[in-house]
Order: sequence, then C-alpha cells, then structure tokens
Amino acid sequence: MSSPVIELDDVKKIYPLPSGDVTALRGISLRIDEGEFVAIMGPSGSGKSTLLNQIGCLDRPTSGDLFLAGKNTREMDDRELTSLRLTSIGYIFQKFNLIPLLSAYENVEYPYIMKHRKNDDTGRVRDLLAMVGIDENLSAHKPNELSGGQQQRIAIARALVNDPAILLCDEPTGNLDSQTSLQIMEILGDLHHRGRTIVMVTHNPETAEYADRTITIRDGMVA
Amino acid sequence: MIGNDIIFALSVRSVRLHFLRSVLAALGIVIGVVAIASIGMMGANMTLSVTEELSDMANKLTVTPYTGGGGGMMGGPGGGGGSSDDDDAITEKEFKTIQRIVAKYGTAYTIMSESDQIEVGSEEGRATIYGLDAEIMREILTVETGEYPKSTTSVVVGPTLAERLDLKIGSKIDIGDPDEGSTTTVRVVGILEERGMSMDLSTDMAIIGTQKLFVGIYGGEGEYDQVNIVVNDLNDIDAVTEAIEDELNRKEDTVTIQDSSRMTESITSTVSTMTTFVMAIAGISLLVAAVSIFNVMMMSVNERIREIGILRSIGTQRTEILRMFIYEAGILGIVGAVIGAVASIVIGYIVVLGMVGTTEYFFAPGSIGYVPIAMAIGAAICIVTGVYPAWRASNLDPIEALRAE
Repeated sequence: MSSPVIELDDVKKIYPLPSGDVTALRGISLRIDEGEFVAIMGPSGSGKSTLLNQIGCLDRPTSGDLFLAGKNTREMDDRELTSLRLTSIGYIFQKFNLIPLLSAYENVEYPYIMKHRKNDDTGRVRDLLAMVGIDENLSAHKPNELSGGQQQRIAIARALVNDPAILLCDEPTGNLDSQTSLQIMEILGDLHHRGRTIVMVTHNPETAEYADRTITIRDGMVA
Repeated sequence: MIGNDIIFALSVRSVRLHFLRSVLAALGIVIGVVAIASIGMMGANMTLSVTEELSDMANKLTVTPYTGGGGGMMGGPGGGGGSSDDDDAITEKEFKTIQRIVAKYGTAYTIMSESDQIEVGSEEGRATIYGLDAEIMREILTVETGEYPKSTTSVVVGPTLAERLDLKIGSKIDIGDPDEGSTTTVRVVGILEERGMSMDLSTDMAIIGTQKLFVGIYGGEGEYDQVNIVVNDLNDIDAVTEAIEDELNRKEDTVTIQDSSRMTESITSTVSTMTTFVMAIAGISLLVAAVSIFNVMMMSVNERIREIGILRSIGTQRTEILRMFIYEAGILGIVGAVIGAVASIVIGYIVVLGMVGTTEYFFAPGSIGYVPIAMAIGAAICIVTGVYPAWRASNLDPIEALRAE
C-alpha cells in the first residue's frame, strides 16, 4: 500500500462574516496516496475549491489536521507554508494566473529562481515548455499575447518546475474550449502515468474520468 | 533570463510599465532635491564668501560711537550719521586715549564719513564720502590708476563708483545737494583697486579725500565717525578690546568695539538661519512629492492585487512582496534623486552665480555637500513613503488577492 501524501482529519473551515459565520467545510477526512489522480466534484458552493485551498496551503483550516507528506501543517507558520507552496505543491488555476510582467519562459522560471536563487542553467524550463508544447518563439511572449490554451500549458510547466510532490488543479479546463481542454487533460493524464500525485477540482464528469478516483463534496462534506 | 534578483526585476518592470506615472512621481523628487540643494548651496556660498572676505580682517578692530545698539554691522562707517551735526562721534580726546592704549599693540587711525548726494555732469547719485589722514590713506588704500589726493580739491574714487558714473582721472564731481546749499567740486586724481565688502572701510562705492577736504565740506574737526585699529599680534585683540572698554565705557557706554570674528559669527548665523528657513520651505516640495509617491505606490498595489495573489500562491514570501514594493519606491526615489542631483549642480551654479556673484566656493565641501544631503533626503522620503503600501501588499490574503479582478 502506498503512503499517504495528503491526509485530512476532520477538517473544518468556517468563515466569520458580519452577517454570521459561514461553514464551508464541515469535517472532511480523506487520504490521498502518492501517485493517485483524484477528482473532487460537487455542485457550485459545495466547498470543493475551499478544500483545494486547504490542501494547497493557501488557507488554514479552522479546525482539524492536514498532513502533507506526513507533516502536520497546523504547526507551520506562514513562512513555512509559503515555502511548502514553492517546493512541494504545484498549483494550476482555472484563470491560468500567470504573472503579466513576465514572459512565458520567465513565468516558468520564476518558481525555480525563488527556490534555487539562480537562473535555470539545467535546461529544465525549456524542457518543460517543450513537453507542454510551447516552442522557443512562444516562450518569449507575455501572457496577454497568448491564447488561453497556451497560457494553461505554461501554467502547467510552471507548476512542475520545482518537481512538486502534489499537483493541484482548480478547474484546469474551465476557461478552455473542448479541443484545448482535451489537450490539457492529456498532459495531466500523462503526468499521472509518470507517477505524479494530482488532485483536481472539476464539475465536468468527462474531465473527472481521467482520475483514478472521484470524491464528491456536498454542503461541505464528503458525500 | 531575469537575473538572480527576480524581485528587483519585477519592480523595474512595473516602473517601466507605468513609465509616465513613474516619471511624474520622480519629477516631484527631482524638484524637491533641486530646491533643497540649490538653496543650501546658495547659503553655504554666501557664508563662505563673507567669511573669506572678513578673515582678512582678523587683526582689525573698529571703534564706533555708542548708539544704544550693536553698532554698524557691515561696510564700515557711512550712512546718515555725520560727524558735524550730532553727538554720535568719537572725540579727539577719546581718539587720543585709544591711540595711547593701542600704541604698544599696533596702530589706530580715524575715519570721517558722510553719505551725500553727488553729481557728475548730468548724472546724479549718492555716495559715501570718506575723510582719511593723507598718510594713512597711502598705507591702507591701493590706487590702481592715478595717484593719491594731495590737495583739498582732489579725491580718489572706488572702482564700482567710477564704473557706474564713468569717472576717469580728471573727472569732476559736485558733492552736496544744490537745493540745500552750496556744493563742492572735487577732481578725481585716482581710482582705487577693488576692496570688496569690509568691516573697517568699504571704498568700492565711495569718494575718499583728505580729512581737511572733509572738514571743509561738512565741518566737525576733531570728531570722528570711526576709529580703526590694526593689531600686530592677533592674540592681543582681547587685551586691546578690554583696555578700551575699561577706559571709555567704564561709567557709561560711549563707544562700541567690534572685531571681525563677532561680525563673521553674526553674519554666518544670520545667513544660516535664513538658509535653514528657506530650505524648510523648499522641503515642502519634497513633502508634496512624498504624497505623490505614496499615491503612485497605493495605485500600484491596488492594480496588482491579483498579481500579488499569484506570487504568494506560487511560493513568494511576504518579505519578498514587501521588498518588491520598497524597491519600486526606491527606484523612483533614487532615479529622482540622481536626476535632481545633476540638475541641482547646474541650477545651483546658476543660482549661486546670480545671487552671490561668485562661484569660487561652489565646489567647496560645505557647498557641494548639500547635493548628497538633498539626494539622501529625497530617496529616504521615497522609501519611507513606500513602506505602508508595501506592508499592505505583503499582508494581503492570497485567496482574497487571487479573487481580485
């Protein structure tokens, strides 16, 4: 049996609002093993993205424990969680979220520089861009000069540049046409076959079919 | 390739992306730096110029009649007080006392002076008329063209006055107001070398004749407007001052004694106070620039909230976000300060030349030193102003920031 790379134990998330507390997660416990491809599904407002944000250390659970590679994130401060996001988690967003001031190449290189404190002299950035189908000519362009599909490919390359243990995808095909969505899912499927742990939030059953397992969330709980 | 300090590279690119806005913000700093540095340099040049001129007089004392105040400040005797028509004069007896005291330390001589109307041909004006002992005149004044006056109708004139009224050797000057009485006509026999501003005697804009000539015009024989003392040893200045005070001011103040160091101190202090005051006013322009930089930085943070969210979500530390915005403010400040420094040197040079009349001391450390001071103030204000927007950016919640449109 594989070791769990992600483990949630009764994780709750409550947002205190002036109009009253909103409970987004109502005690979620789950375990995702190394190399698994898990799809998280559920209707809008069910808490899927909130769950992904907890796993991605962008947010902290109100209660409960979240273990990433055996380490309890509850005990980590902001600096350690940020460091974890840089080195162990690759995030792919629905809106691509590339840095507008940087070229495609520089967007992929950014996390590498932040981790290694030097430019990439190993060719990893170029290899990753080639892997996702971005040639040298395109890699010199700024994000606003590229199509949605091209931007998402660059976002995948960026997420992989520091060889993270976990790849988190939040509706990775949500802003793409069906043809481009297929190409993106094939890249993710290929990454999974190479042993990458992937957790993907989606509301599209066709996209979810690429996953080994589907977890459905409803009203902040695993259905 | 974006270099090792990617955070700095991002700051530079942000400044470049909003080039016009950045230039306008930096322009505020340029103006502030130029204002502070130019005014500071002008003040320093004034002080250095005056100090240098007065340092030649370190061994000189002036004794003037006590008028209840601090005595004349600059330019020696002259102005309204005539020796013949009021009590504010040093008497022959007082001069003899001074001479007796000074005898073992140096020499003393008397000056008579009056400010009066003059007429040269059809041109009218005012000038100070000095009456000096003929022998003393040869000792303390240098004639550049012509000779020293020998008769009671001949005079020498200062170079500035000669230039203004186009006076030459042989020119005739009518002294006195024809409406108030008779005038005296004198002939120019010499033009003096430029002497500059001086505590003991300012001759550049004056007519100098013998005391016999002076008494012939204004009367007041044996009554002097000023006694100048030249001490052989600088260390005796205090002893001479004390001795004169003891003799002449024992019962009541009859004379005022001034040495150049007090005058230098007084002028330096006045110029320094004025410079500081004007610099403080100039500093307001930097305050305005600070508000502008703050505004630009807040706009930059607000426009880049989503970008901050992205950076945070992919592993950028809070301190690095803070650094990114501080760098941005710093770039504006440093670019503004450097351009301001260059402009300060050019504008400061013109201002000093126009206001002080000489740029002899422009590159002296006390003067040019205002450029780095103004630069440091400008850059520091920028960085300090950028701290709050940077702090705000670094403390944004990554999820909230990612939701921003």
